[in-house]
Amino acid sequence: MTWNWNYVVESLPAIFQGMWITLGLTIACYLFAMLFGFVWTFVRRIPWRPLQMIIAFIMEFIRSTPPLVQLFFLYYAWPMVPYVGLTLDPITVAIIGLGVHFSTYIAEIYRSGIESIDKGQWEAATALNLSLKDKWTKIILPQAIPPTIPMLGNYLIIMFKEVPLTSTIGVAGMLHMANNFGSKNFAYLEPLTLVAVFFLVMSYPTAVLFRKLEQRMNRRFDKNNPTGKIDKGVVT
Amino acid sequence: MAKPIAVYNDVHKSFGEVEVLKGIDLEIAPAEKVALIGPSGSGKTTIIRMLMTLEQPTSGTIVVDGQYLWHMEKNGELVPANEKHLRQVRGDIGMVFQHFNLFPHMSILENCMVAPINVKGVPKKEARQRSVEMLEKVGLGDKLDDYPSQLSGGQKQRVAMARALVMRPKIMLFDEVTSALDPELVGEVLEVIRDIAREGEMAMVLVTHEMDFARDIADRVVFLDEGRIAEQGTPEQVLENSESERLNSFLSRFRS
Ligand SMILES: Nc1ncnc2c1ncn2[C@@H]1O[C@H](COP(=O)(O)OP(=O)(O)O)[C@@H](O)[C@H]1O
Ligand SMILES: [Mg+2]
Repeated sequence: MTWNWNYVVESLPAIFQGMWITLGLTIACYLFAMLFGFVWTFVRRIPWRPLQMIIAFIMEFIRSTPPLVQLFFLYYAWPMVPYVGLTLDPITVAIIGLGVHFSTYIAEIYRSGIESIDKGQWEAATALNLSLKDKWTKIILPQAIPPTIPMLGNYLIIMFKEVPLTSTIGVAGMLHMANNFGSKNFAYLEPLTLVAVFFLVMSYPTAVLFRKLEQRMNRRFDKNNPTGKIDKGVVT
Repeated sequence: MAKPIAVYNDVHKSFGEVEVLKGIDLEIAPAEKVALIGPSGSGKTTIIRMLMTLEQPTSGTIVVDGQYLWHMEKNGELVPANEKHLRQVRGDIGMVFQHFNLFPHMSILENCMVAPINVKGVPKKEARQRSVEMLEKVGLGDKLDDYPSQLSGGQKQRVAMARALVMRPKIMLFDEVTSALDPELVGEVLEVIRDIAREGEMAMVLVTHEMDFARDIADRVVFLDEGRIAEQGTPEQVLENSESERLNSFLSRFRS
């Protein structure tokens, strides 16, 4: 078996077509996960123990089940469930399935960001009589979000790499298209290599981008903080 | 005594099983300066945190400027206050913390402006002007655009005071505001508090271990011991002429 450049060129249109699906799906899943992560985070903060325990259990359950099983369940089993069962198209299943799965991790990131804020910040905000909304939007979130950006970026790349799982329920992403193309011509080397190369070509710049964003954030804090000291309310 | 600005009526506070305040009765007059002293763990911080609404009393009532703080009247009955009620009454109270609690992502000017603008709806320009004036008063007029991390502890604490003062509270609470500072920075902070106290119209409750300072500015000194008010009176009565053994042994630790 030898590498055939003509065959590479022939396979490109199909793979490109799949690439847009893969990219679009990644972004849709990611947005869904980011939004749904907020829901977990805030529902979990409702100070009612039973609810907190139920939510914690559900999240743990979702996290410890493989995403592939969740996709299969949503696609094949869900329609058979009486009363609440629904037949969904593969793209919707993919967005909900992967989105919900990863939202539990994203929620954990949000939580760590929020909990990293000293309780003195909340107390000072109360002492100044700020409203609950202002406490969140003016005091807590502006401090909690920047440190989470690198981790959120990691999850974008991780999700990107998990999206090919949806090929198993028939989403015509990059892998799916390459595989079909390969089976038509009984030659998989070129299309599958291309897919791998594309994943690398996408992931790497994204990683670099997020690293830049992180550095940008740090520089912002540097400008504010030329001494490089971190304010922990401790004496100088 | 004029109508008091704050009244504690048989206030108890427990954390879990442990009762840390065992019936506090205390009245603070408008413009009165009260120094709260006592051994560590006696409940000083808890007393003022309840007035700042950071800690809820287990029982008893607190009245601020004629209004219940932790309760509200509904159909002639006292029911627990909701956040709306707390926000309304809390507007009269300000607090300075031991560890400053400045907002690190805001310049010191922004630290001072955020509450007047968002809580009181003061126009931005006026909030800015008031904040600048206040920061000048605490000696930081040349640092408006600095961030908290660029300041010394003493400077941070002065910003924290300016930030509380621009809200024009009727009572200011100070919780050991110099005890996280290096000794050489304590003086500058006490000096600012002294200036504020001299201006007069605001009531102040100061938890402090600076006995000379307390004697200097307080109208009344309250000695708290094991969750109860054990002694109170003028600085001379409490700090110099008390017969109480507990109090004198406590005070002897501050004499060199
Ligand atoms: N949030 C809390 N949870 C449990 N115990 C607390 C809490 N806050 C204070 N205490 C306890 O209450 C007592 C009084 O504390 P505090 O008011 O801080 O005293 P002081 O300021 O006089 O040192 C101490 O024994 C302290 O350990
Ligand atoms: Mg204390």
